[in-house]
Amino acid sequence: MTKTEVKKIFTKGIYTDNPIFVQIIGICSALAVTNLMMNSLIMGISVSLVTAFSSLTVSLLKDHTPKHIRMMVQVLIISVYVIMVDIYLKAYMPEMSKALGPYVGLIITNCIIMGRAEGFAGSNPPMLSFLDGFASGIGYTFVLMSVSLVREILGFGSFFGISFIPETFTRWTLMVMPPSAFFILALIMWVFNNARLKRQREGVEKK
Amino acid sequence: MIQVHPFIIFIASIFTSNMIFSNFLGMCSFIALSKEIPTALGLGIAVTMVLSFTTVLNYFVYWYIVLPLGLEYLMYILFILVIAAFVQLLEMVMDRYLPTLYYALGIFLPLITVNCAILGVSLFMVTRQYNFFQTLGFAVGSGIGWALAITAMAGIRSKLNESSIPEGLRGVPITLIITGIMALAFIGFSGMVQIQ
Repeated sequence: MTKTEVKKIFTKGIYTDNPIFVQIIGICSALAVTNLMMNSLIMGISVSLVTAFSSLTVSLLKDHTPKHIRMMVQVLIISVYVIMVDIYLKAYMPEMSKALGPYVGLIITNCIIMGRAEGFAGSNPPMLSFLDGFASGIGYTFVLMSVSLVREILGFGSFFGISFIPETFTRWTLMVMPPSAFFILALIMWVFNNARLKRQREGVEKK
Repeated sequence: MIQVHPFIIFIASIFTSNMIFSNFLGMCSFIALSKEIPTALGLGIAVTMVLSFTTVLNYFVYWYIVLPLGLEYLMYILFILVIAAFVQLLEMVMDRYLPTLYYALGIFLPLITVNCAILGVSLFMVTRQYNFFQTLGFAVGSGIGWALAITAMAGIRSKLNESSIPEGLRGVPITLIITGIMALAFIGFSGMVQIQ
């Protein structure tokens, strides 16, 4: 495992192969928890850890898993880690656990984890799979944080729960409601897509 | 917990707390498979069917297995196993007895296991402590609401092919924006009934 390999995995997970922008997976939970930045941060960390450890486990067990039941095995592995995260949140951050509600359990059906397990961990060594899962999780967290940054500032006038915009500023109620999540994610994707298309066009001209 | 009439939950889960527009569940397949109306409708029917049955099964699993034995920490695993097993069983039964339906819906069935809406409805049922009839209304209503949303979306997207959209917005971003506008429209129903 060389340094360039690690660097490649991280750029892929966070930018060029970002699970949400490029592969369009794991959107469900990406939208539901983005009204406050703190919620998104905790959700992002949970998903990163679950993805990293389940990739590691899938990769360790890949030679002992029969091909036709591998999906079931992967789901079980993922559930075990999600249960661990859930118990931890319930014990140490009961408020947060209540705010995230069923969305912690829904990490199981988050396609990012399944996608990494199936697409990368099934055919790569354990340590690389661990890093790959972690990088994808960071990419996901990054998107979550950018959506919630806009929503929290405009909707609540605060940053990580700290109010900094004076009360006279009218709160943008729409930003707290579900539709705004769709609009903001779409706009962020638009910016990203434009950057990618520009890069592609430049690449063609150089040739 | 205030006792809400099951029928009100049924109507509310179709319109005011639609799985897609207010809870964001099942977005992955909603975006990937809402390109044509027949496909969308097929998937919608399959989801409604699986959702109704698995949620009721999970209701029994929760009240008669998980709670009496104190297995709350295994709840997620049990729920996902029930869903996976039910989908597998449904696939085999349909293949044997209803081959025409199987060929129409067959390709969607494996996808449903990882549809977050299915697990999500079961988990909401637990957090909101619904009784049997409320669960039934909630499950069927959520399924119909999901089917309605994906079919309507497919109808809109089939018109989009002829309009000129900025290059960077094509595909997923424009779909998200339309979903947002549809969600705004559905918020208009929220004065009617409210369950959350």
